[in-house]
Amino acid sequence: MAKKPEKKEIETTGHSWDGIEEYNNPLPRWWLWTFYATIIWGIGYVIAYPAWPLIKGATPGLLGYSTRQEVARDIQTFKEKNAAIEEKLAQADLTTIADDPELNSYAINAGAAVFRTNCIQCHGAGAQGAKGFPNLLDDDWLWGGDIESIAYTVRHGIRSRSDETRYSEMPAFGEFLSDEEIDAVVQYVRSLGGLDYDADLAKEGATVFEDNCASCHGEDGTGDREQGAPNLTDAIWLFGDSVEDITYTVKYARNVEMPTWGDRLSDAQIKAVATYVHQLGGGE
Amino acid sequence: MAFLDKHKVIERSPTLLLIFSFLVVTIGGLVEIVPLFYLENTIEKVKGVRPYSPLELTGRDIYVREGCYVCHSQMIRPMRDEVERYGHYSLAAESMYDHPFQWGSKRTGPDLARVGGRYSDDWHVAHLVNPQSVVPESVMPRYDFLLNRMIDGEYVDDLMETHRMVGVPYDDEMIAQAHADFAAQADPDSDYDGLLERYPGAQVRNFDRQPGISEMDALVAYLQVLGTMVDFSTFTPDASR
Repeated sequence: MAKKPEKKEIETTGHSWDGIEEYNNPLPRWWLWTFYATIIWGIGYVIAYPAWPLIKGATPGLLGYSTRQEVARDIQTFKEKNAAIEEKLAQADLTTIADDPELNSYAINAGAAVFRTNCIQCHGAGAQGAKGFPNLLDDDWLWGGDIESIAYTVRHGIRSRSDETRYSEMPAFGEFLSDEEIDAVVQYVRSLGGLDYDADLAKEGATVFEDNCASCHGEDGTGDREQGAPNLTDAIWLFGDSVEDITYTVKYARNVEMPTWGDRLSDAQIKAVATYVHQLGGGE
Repeated sequence: MAFLDKHKVIERSPTLLLIFSFLVVTIGGLVEIVPLFYLENTIEKVKGVRPYSPLELTGRDIYVREGCYVCHSQMIRPMRDEVERYGHYSLAAESMYDHPFQWGSKRTGPDLARVGGRYSDDWHVAHLVNPQSVVPESVMPRYDFLLNRMIDGEYVDDLMETHRMVGVPYDDEMIAQAHADFAAQADPDSDYDGLLERYPGAQVRNFDRQPGISEMDALVAYLQVLGTMVDFSTFTPDASR
């Protein structure tokens, strides 16, 4: 370290306030030169980049920089890199994607990215679902688990605003059935699903089921994928299997919506995410 | 240097220093702010942006009241990662009727500028009641009380008049019909033709599936309209921006 100069060597500003004097130290050189450099940089920046607002618009700058052009160019760069395989994916027949290892691997990875961005909020980060939002890992499908059905569901949604959406509406049976009838049919449904049930009530409920539920859920309760009517005989209960949950479902119905993704995702993205979901474990 | 020595005069007189500092700040302010008022490209003209319907506006107030903007931005920046995740970057016109705007400055949660239509109403309700029930890794607090707070939009017309004062083009009819529109939007069995005429594209549903209008209805109505107004198929970006 440089030796500190003696006190006497430094000039003061020449003023004295109640005996207090002020040293007249210059600014450190490195600081001063950095300061000048930023001024020069600033002038250069104003010339090179959009800066001064004038009458019709801002000065465009010599480099012609635009954030909008940059983002468009960025996206274009990556699009071009994947253009060949994206095109192949968009043209591919869904059922044959799995036969082409390269395409399949691309579709699964691209689909996983689409899934993580758009689907996990409802279906879960691991596609495990949540109450009211189907698990995509199992082999229980409301509207069909082959890859084309999955792609259709993604593209048009369920009870969504798409014109070709999958649509069905379970009536709220609280409006037609008495509470006793509902209690009975709930017990019958539980018997179908292999849950504990009240045998007497279930017997009564069998008639109620046949008259009201069988047309959609099937006489044996195995459901109907044409109308998204769930299979009631398996152990998978989207809205819970407790007596309260099933009673609520029968009374008020649960016509939940899945948004349409056809207007947000490209063809290739839809095919990719369908491929991804299809290979999670439950694909048919 | 003689010129720099003159600077001493300013430094030694507080009054002069104040006057000259004020001048410098004024020039800076004028150059930065004034052009925004006359430059044509400050707010691009885009088709579809309309003032919020009474129910949406009420939901927006709840959004502000609960401080949603503290963790959620409504500003998709023009960068590839954001555009690919959230959708088209935000345009100034999309928040022209927001007073105050909800751009936010920090994202603890995701950006919400285009959350409208992305999830179902049921998801929004389930998520607001208990975020961890659908997104286990979320740190968002619960807003389940919104379901129990019933509202009748008593002051919604005053709210709209206030917004009109700051430049939102609500016309007299919109304000006169405010109460009717407020109720109609949450009731699919009502006569909502007038509402749709005044607020094209407004979504009419019982958002929380419960009888009556709760704060949940209003908030979900607001969330479902976010970012959905502009028809991007007819939009050509002005590259000079």
